[in-house]
Amino acid sequence: MNGNTLIQVKGLCKYYNGGKIKALDGVDIDIHGGEVVVVIGPSGSGKSTLLRSLNLLELPTAGEIVFDGVNISDKKVNINVHRQKMGMVFQHFNLFPHMTVLDNMTIAPVRLLKTPKAQAEQQAMELLSRVGLADRARNYPSQLSGGQKQRVAIVRALCMKPEVMLFDEPTSALDPEMVGEVLEVMKRLAAEGMTMAVVTHEMGFAREVGCRVVFMDGGKIIEQGTPADIFDNPQSPRLKEFLSKVL
Amino acid sequence: MSAISAWFNGLITDITLWFDGFAADFHTVFIEKDRYEQMLTGLLNTLKITAGALLIGIVIGIVVAAVRSSYDKNKESLKQHGGVGYCLLAFFNFICKVYLTVIRGTPVVVQLMISYFLIFASVKDGVPVGIFAFGINSGAYVAEIFRGGIMSVDNGQFEAGRSLGFNYIQTMWYIVIPQMFKSVLPTLCNEFIALLKETSVAGYVGVMELTKAGNSIAGVTYNYFLPLMTVAAAYLIIVMILSWLVGKLERRLRVSER
Repeated sequence: MNGNTLIQVKGLCKYYNGGKIKALDGVDIDIHGGEVVVVIGPSGSGKSTLLRSLNLLELPTAGEIVFDGVNISDKKVNINVHRQKMGMVFQHFNLFPHMTVLDNMTIAPVRLLKTPKAQAEQQAMELLSRVGLADRARNYPSQLSGGQKQRVAIVRALCMKPEVMLFDEPTSALDPEMVGEVLEVMKRLAAEGMTMAVVTHEMGFAREVGCRVVFMDGGKIIEQGTPADIFDNPQSPRLKEFLSKVL
Repeated sequence: MSAISAWFNGLITDITLWFDGFAADFHTVFIEKDRYEQMLTGLLNTLKITAGALLIGIVIGIVVAAVRSSYDKNKESLKQHGGVGYCLLAFFNFICKVYLTVIRGTPVVVQLMISYFLIFASVKDGVPVGIFAFGINSGAYVAEIFRGGIMSVDNGQFEAGRSLGFNYIQTMWYIVIPQMFKSVLPTLCNEFIALLKETSVAGYVGVMELTKAGNSIAGVTYNYFLPLMTVAAAYLIIVMILSWLVGKLERRLRVSER
């Protein structure tokens, strides 16, 4: 599947307050299979809104999102089926606090994919040991550190065997010393060929792991290119200004 | 010495007299003409009305809270989609709002009397009418408790559920409601306690419930102390049992917070 277009975004707009606030103002972007797209930009630039629009957590005001050849922004499409193939990781982890780590990971495959419970648990345990948390399977989320929670959140999404993973500022709510362990898991995921869309402030990660870096401001894509293009040879003054502040 | 023993003897006599008096009062109030049966009937009716109203209240509460919070959560997306679904939900939401306003805006005694003397004028037994009236009344409060509970669950939980592919109802059922239930339990317990004690006005429509039983025994025997204290103690004990049970449930649900 590498190389083909997995997600195609056409003319995406998201307005609030009847058009007074334009969170997204005509965004076009293609995400190819196996590609890691990193979205950067100042706060309020619309990068999170763009990511959340990809699985329709935000309903676009106008425009189209085509996933796997299906226009999922069409009202008649059953979005729930397509969301199963799009894993999402949130800034604040959003683990289910009333379930153990293992139950957090198995509930979706068991209920939605009708995977037998034993098989789902075995698969979850394999994923957990890959991120070094097998001994935490029976713990509740409140007993984990931030970095551990986010690693569980990543493998919870992976349990659905998604075709693409969406990361919405996955390290922004973490203590600095825990950022590394989460980025490490994401790097390995990227190396294994997972298609990823990542909104982040971690410029080091963007440079190292991103196939393509997208710079957004004011609800528009201002500039995009390889990490080298963006970080070493920025064109637009807005990007130059942004990089001078964050690097 | 003799002064102390005289005082002591006097005390013994006083206590004996008091006990004799108490025994006589107790006999008049409870044993004579089997008046304790009246008290038991009252207790039973109070429990019946409370339990029945509780069930009706929870059912109404769940339905109304579901409509109200579904409307609030899906308003934006449904408006965009338009169509029958939105109109229907908006209509039910309006009905629920009217229900909440009317029920919470009028005294429960008035609602009870309207039920008994107007709506069910042909029904002579006050107990089912009481269950109906208190159930409808309690439902309004339970609905708002549930809705508050649903809103208090972080929206990220909802989004996490939806992002895994669960639909709205599945997300509510597996993820939001279990968390909501834990947070509303103390408030819900409060509502049940209030409901139990509110049933004491059922005497207004001639139901022989606990308070009415105590009051009528007091009226017949001219003894107010014993019947009223017994009634008060009965309510207190029921409330204490209820709180204890809810406390146990709360501790069980709190496992995940350890």
